[in-house]
Amino acid sequence: MSTVIKGGLVIDQTGERNADVAVEDGLVVAVGPDLSGDEVLDASGCVVAPGFVDIHAHLRQPGAEEAETIETGSWAAVRGGYSAVVAMPNTNPPIDCAAVVQEVLALGRLAPCDVYTSGAITVGRKGEQLAPMAEMAALGVRLFTDDGNGVQEAGLMRRAMEYAAGLGVVLAQHCEVDSLAAGGHMHEGEWSSRLGIAGVPAEAEELMVMRDIALSRFTGAPIHFQHLSTRGSIAMVRAAREAGVEVTAEAATHHFTLTDEACASYDPVFKVNPPLRPADDRDAVREGLSDGAVDAIATDHAPHSPDTKEMPFDQAPPGMLGLETALALALTELNLPLAEVVGLLSWQPAAIAGLKGVHGVPIAPGGPANLCVFDPNETWTVDPDALASRSRNTPYAGRQVRGRVRHTIVGGLPVLVDQEMRP
Amino acid sequence: MKHLLSINDLGAEGIDEVCRLADHFTEVSQRPIPKVPALRGKTVAMLFYEDSTRTRLSFEVAARRLSADVMGFSVSASSVNKGESVRDTVATVSAMGPDAIVVRHRSAGVPQQTAAWTHASVINAGDGWHEHPTQALLDCYTIRDRLGSVAGRRIVIVGDVKHSRVARSCVMAFTALGAKVTLVAPPTLLPPEVGSWPVDISFSLDAVLSDCDVVYGLRVQKERQSEALLPSLREYTAQWGLTVARAARLHPDALVMHPGPVNRGVEIAPEVLDQPNATLNEQVRHGVAVRMAVLYLLLAADPDLRPEGGGT
Repeated sequence: MSTVIKGGLVIDQTGERNADVAVEDGLVVAVGPDLSGDEVLDASGCVVAPGFVDIHAHLRQPGAEEAETIETGSWAAVRGGYSAVVAMPNTNPPIDCAAVVQEVLALGRLAPCDVYTSGAITVGRKGEQLAPMAEMAALGVRLFTDDGNGVQEAGLMRRAMEYAAGLGVVLAQHCEVDSLAAGGHMHEGEWSSRLGIAGVPAEAEELMVMRDIALSRFTGAPIHFQHLSTRGSIAMVRAAREAGVEVTAEAATHHFTLTDEACASYDPVFKVNPPLRPADDRDAVREGLSDGAVDAIATDHAPHSPDTKEMPFDQAPPGMLGLETALALALTELNLPLAEVVGLLSWQPAAIAGLKGVHGVPIAPGGPANLCVFDPNETWTVDPDALASRSRNTPYAGRQVRGRVRHTIVGGLPVLVDQEMRP
Repeated sequence: MKHLLSINDLGAEGIDEVCRLADHFTEVSQRPIPKVPALRGKTVAMLFYEDSTRTRLSFEVAARRLSADVMGFSVSASSVNKGESVRDTVATVSAMGPDAIVVRHRSAGVPQQTAAWTHASVINAGDGWHEHPTQALLDCYTIRDRLGSVAGRRIVIVGDVKHSRVARSCVMAFTALGAKVTLVAPPTLLPPEVGSWPVDISFSLDAVLSDCDVVYGLRVQKERQSEALLPSLREYTAQWGLTVARAARLHPDALVMHPGPVNRGVEIAPEVLDQPNATLNEQVRHGVAVRMAVLYLLLAADPDLRPEGGGT
């Protein structure tokens, strides 16, 4: 059975052209005018792009299935235009050995998009002992992180980087120095001062960025920085890259959209780690995405059930949903050309996650049919109850945004057609 | 006004109105039967998640003197110890139909969250490091009673401002009424970005002592030593305590205030606490009249029922 995406503007890393795209047996078979096929997906007024890749999604399985499962999280991804997601390892048990990797991958094979997983750098994400990275890498894990925790010990991080480099995998760091951040629940600044909430200073992130740049230079191993949130962090990454250090960085949608002022509501839906920062940091994230200091947009999709979020601010867990709103926020909040937004969501994160050749691939005959079709001009209002995620903790409830995913094709199969999920 | 969550809900006019009402209720409190029927039939629920003696008793006495019914709630004897969430407890208490819920919680923002979860009026009786509006109101009332007005007064607040809900409310209230506030503390006990607060800062109590109308001491907790915020309480007292020697340098009419409970000999020397310009007991006494005023303001919706001289 063949599918033709008709009348769209094809955008990939090779450029833009008006063309139909024909898909069959999991591959793109033709790109050009007047194509036909068994099923026709209308793409008039839409962009046809390589499917998006989220290198930072908390799918919560195993362990917190009441908040999200690999299945529900993958549907949220598909609704957001993602053909691939990389699961974070802070599950219960954590993804720190081959057995748990296999469970996640097995569940992922039943999901509507491609599910990859990261692995923990240290056993139990405790920052004490290296996790068996080789056995996880043998199962295809390409990104290792203790996400939620930064690796505190410089000596341990050095050895982890050296070991990972030997395996050809990349370490991704959640940058946060615990001794500065401990006990904090929002950005330390004017708002935390006024609200009487203990703060996390920007320096808690920046010190670890600084350290890991030094370790990367020292070991020659690449380092990926997760969800950078401060002007200082982004400036250091920019300078490190110019100096030839092998660094990559991602920014989360909320860090270029929201500021710490949102916490004045005391609604824990705005509690996230790293925290929402002041407008100047938000602007720095936008600048970093614009000038290439930041390589990728990530969602840090972090579902929490209402019971755990409807708590006093300082007792609620951090995290917010992101998969279904990322494209719209990027188009609404970032003043960037369409091709750059698509690159930040697709081939640039695909490269970081080691998915080159499978996701974020130029749309041409013979290439894998992992595609996203979106209308860059459709405006819509975020409704928590209309999300595919099992959780409802979106900070964008009621917000009007622009840009909506219409179709998503994974492995040649249309899994989202006219915004309807096709199980 | 439906809730009292922050001093900002009142502003200068609202604080003045509370003080005028409190004048009336002070008179009521001095009657042989210190009770008026203003809130007869109303119910006030006490939701205290944190230990409290003076604030809780003060609210209870205030409610009873207005003839309101009081629903008590003690954390240790309640389903909170069985793991019930704040939201569920608020729903349970609300289902019994109180007109007001007085909330104290160790987490900042809980009164604001509670207001979204109930139809009752919510009064913040202290939330984490955030605010304690009725304390600030009774402090304004005490200064007004002693010195005639708050406007133009030079008020020094000394101590652990960073962790103090009293300080946050007092700064807002005193500055709203036109006082000049100076915070005195080691930098480790000042809040972040304190430059954005409408106050002056000094690290030396000695430098500001002789030139103020009120010294307001804040409670210092022993934990601050283990958090590396203070070397020791001994050093704190030596540098920032209101010792006998320092008190001697105060203007004779200057007030010595403290929200209590006081660590005698740490924040303020015992001898200083016994001097006539120390207002600790007056603050507690005024607390009842001020809380009567707050309950009255929130719950006695019909202005025709307001007492004479109550001001409208």
